Amino acid sequence: MTTLTEPGSAQRIERGLLGRVVDRLGGGVVQVLLVLVAVFWLVPTLGLLVVSLRGEVENNASGWWTLFTKPAQVTFENYGNLLAAGFSSSFWNTVFITVPATLLVIGIAAMAAYAFAWIEFPGRDAVFLVVVALLVVPVQIALIPIAKMYGFLGIFGSIAAVVLFHVAFGLPFAIFLLRNFFAGIPRELLEAARMDGAQEWRIFATVVFPLAKPAIASLGIFQFLWVWNDLLVSLVFADTENQPMTKALQSQMRQFGTNVDILAPGAFLSLIIPLVLFFAFQRYFVQGMLAGSVK
Amino acid sequence: MTERLDGPQAPGDDIPAAGAPSGPIETRSAPAPAARVDSSTPHRLGPSPRMAVFFLLPAVLLLGAWVVYPIIYSIFRSLFDSTGDRFVGLGNYGSIFTDSATLTTIRNNVIWVVVAPLIVTVLGLIFAVLTERIRWATAFKLILFMPMAVSLLAAGVIFRLVYEQDPDKGVANAVITAVHDTFSSSAGYPGARPRENDQAPAAVQSGAVVTKQQVQAGQPVLIPLVGLSPDVVKDAAPAKAAPAGGVSGTVWLDVVRGGGGTLNQIDPQEKGLAGITVEAVSGGAVKGTAETAADGSFHFAGLPAGSYVVRLPQSNFQAPFNGITWLGPGLITPAIIGAYIWVWAGFAMVLIAAGLSAIPRDALEAARIDGATEWQVFRRITVPLLTPVLLVVFVTMIINVLKVFDLVFIIAPGSVQPQANVIALEMWRVSFGGGGNQGMGSALAIFLLVLVLPFMIFNIRRFRRDER
Repeated sequence: MTTLTEPGSAQRIERGLLGRVVDRLGGGVVQVLLVLVAVFWLVPTLGLLVVSLRGEVENNASGWWTLFTKPAQVTFENYGNLLAAGFSSSFWNTVFITVPATLLVIGIAAMAAYAFAWIEFPGRDAVFLVVVALLVVPVQIALIPIAKMYGFLGIFGSIAAVVLFHVAFGLPFAIFLLRNFFAGIPRELLEAARMDGAQEWRIFATVVFPLAKPAIASLGIFQFLWVWNDLLVSLVFADTENQPMTKALQSQMRQFGTNVDILAPGAFLSLIIPLVLFFAFQRYFVQGMLAGSVK
Repeated sequence: MTERLDGPQAPGDDIPAAGAPSGPIETRSAPAPAARVDSSTPHRLGPSPRMAVFFLLPAVLLLGAWVVYPIIYSIFRSLFDSTGDRFVGLGNYGSIFTDSATLTTIRNNVIWVVVAPLIVTVLGLIFAVLTERIRWATAFKLILFMPMAVSLLAAGVIFRLVYEQDPDKGVANAVITAVHDTFSSSAGYPGARPRENDQAPAAVQSGAVVTKQQVQAGQPVLIPLVGLSPDVVKDAAPAKAAPAGGVSGTVWLDVVRGGGGTLNQIDPQEKGLAGITVEAVSGGAVKGTAETAADGSFHFAGLPAGSYVVRLPQSNFQAPFNGITWLGPGLITPAIIGAYIWVWAGFAMVLIAAGLSAIPRDALEAARIDGATEWQVFRRITVPLLTPVLLVVFVTMIINVLKVFDLVFIIAPGSVQPQANVIALEMWRVSFGGGGNQGMGSALAIFLLVLVLPFMIFNIRRFRRDER
């Protein structure tokens, strides 16, 4: 309806009084409906936060929403206990897995995408089609064979094992995204650099990489979130001493009722960094999503 | 999130990414010039193909060893038994379709694929269209989109809390019981009963409390009950005898805290039981219904003269409504699908909103000028123009749903996991989570790959069409 009231739409049709009343009411209904939807989407996360801020006794005695009538319940005791129980080591494991897995994917995919976009070589289109095909391969297919391979290499359970798995399965999307972006860089820029006699490496580092910053930011945030939030890969490949937060928390799920005072603050800690990143870089996040799915 | 957004990444020529915030990423909407050799260039300036090998080597090594080789290995491994020593042919695949546990996983995956992508896409469409009418659209989109950034493990923990059975803990049941209680009297008094002796004026008959004597108009009926702690009704009004006239009476808790009082008589300290349904029964049929007031008294209005028995139906003594068992075997899959929708609806909404903003406004305007209603505009113009985006969202969701793992693993309590199980979870369970059968695990992994194969072909087709 907004378009109707836009300036310039001079010949907008005259609506009857009834029509306008319906519109006004409809607008009100839409507002209320969307407010309800937004509340519906916010309340579950809010519940997690509040539960994490209440003591075990309070959580067993009453609903988390009673906190708003009795704010004195707030305590950071759960967080203290969680850190005292050694949760910080799994936090650092998550960091040590996520950061290299993100940087490696960006570097390796950028090189490959450069070749696909700017270097003529026989069979290029066919090879790129393979990359497109690999986009949808489920990680389940590789769990057993790679576990065997890691056993053979003697790296099963290590951080490197988890990182390499994430890098490999992050590559198809990363190459696809960057190749499409690189292909849109004006050819003249590269030709000019080549005319000047620049080495392929230099062109890559000084012309393409700086231009591609937005695409790389999109890819970076996606890969970071996937790896940070992964459970399955670390469940299989990380042993207890190298486990990230997701796996550490999963091992507490069996006694959900009695472990709420660990699980709620743990889950909240694990989601706070992705959430901050998401709000800080949501522009790139949406761009990457549109580029990846709809273009 | 082990799931990826990697549905049909193939670019759709029909929908430019006009909805995306402006950025150089949109320059890609120009046809990829590198895809073709420019025949007008007399000599190629490009590097030698050998250079390509150098650039591609790390990616090819990783993809080859971590993705392609495992596919081949799994195909062979799936033809052997759990230890890998004995060749069993297609035996593992046979057991997928005969074992009742794996058949349940297939049934669940079918439910997921039929229900979840459709709801997510439709909700995304509705939200995308409606947000065009509000000023706080950006805030709304951020709120709905936020779960995408959260790990599925955290989302699972969040919904385990939402779905707690106890209405004093789980917000879902808290809301549902609150709504239920406003629409139906839930003044249940579980455990309340008459005394079991000859002097008691009423007795239990198939769950209901019924007076022993016929009741005449003008004689107030006394129905003393016990079996409740006085604490339950400590805030209730003191019981009062009903005024004579018509069929009337009192239902009260015939217990005095600390002892004392006269049995079967209303003592001053005794409390009335409010909200109890009372029926006047004659010849087996209910002739009148009343409800007790705060002081426990009731009065049947307009009851024809005659003799009746007074009955307090069983519903008065049932435990109060305690919410829905979300995490029980019956509702577990719909409950997890609810959490899935919470995670993914924002994704669908943002993609569809981007498509929506690319629709030429003139077309909508022209239709409105021609007198089309909003619904007609939506149905005849908006939806057809959005079809490519809707298809992309829908297919992406199908691929994603086929691989659903974390949410089921986290939300379903251990005891109902067999009922909630899906293929991806069963694959992990059977090969790593105590099953120890890697032959079966490989077969399930290949089965999963076969299920996404049509979408792989769909992707390649789209991509080739768009590159042409």
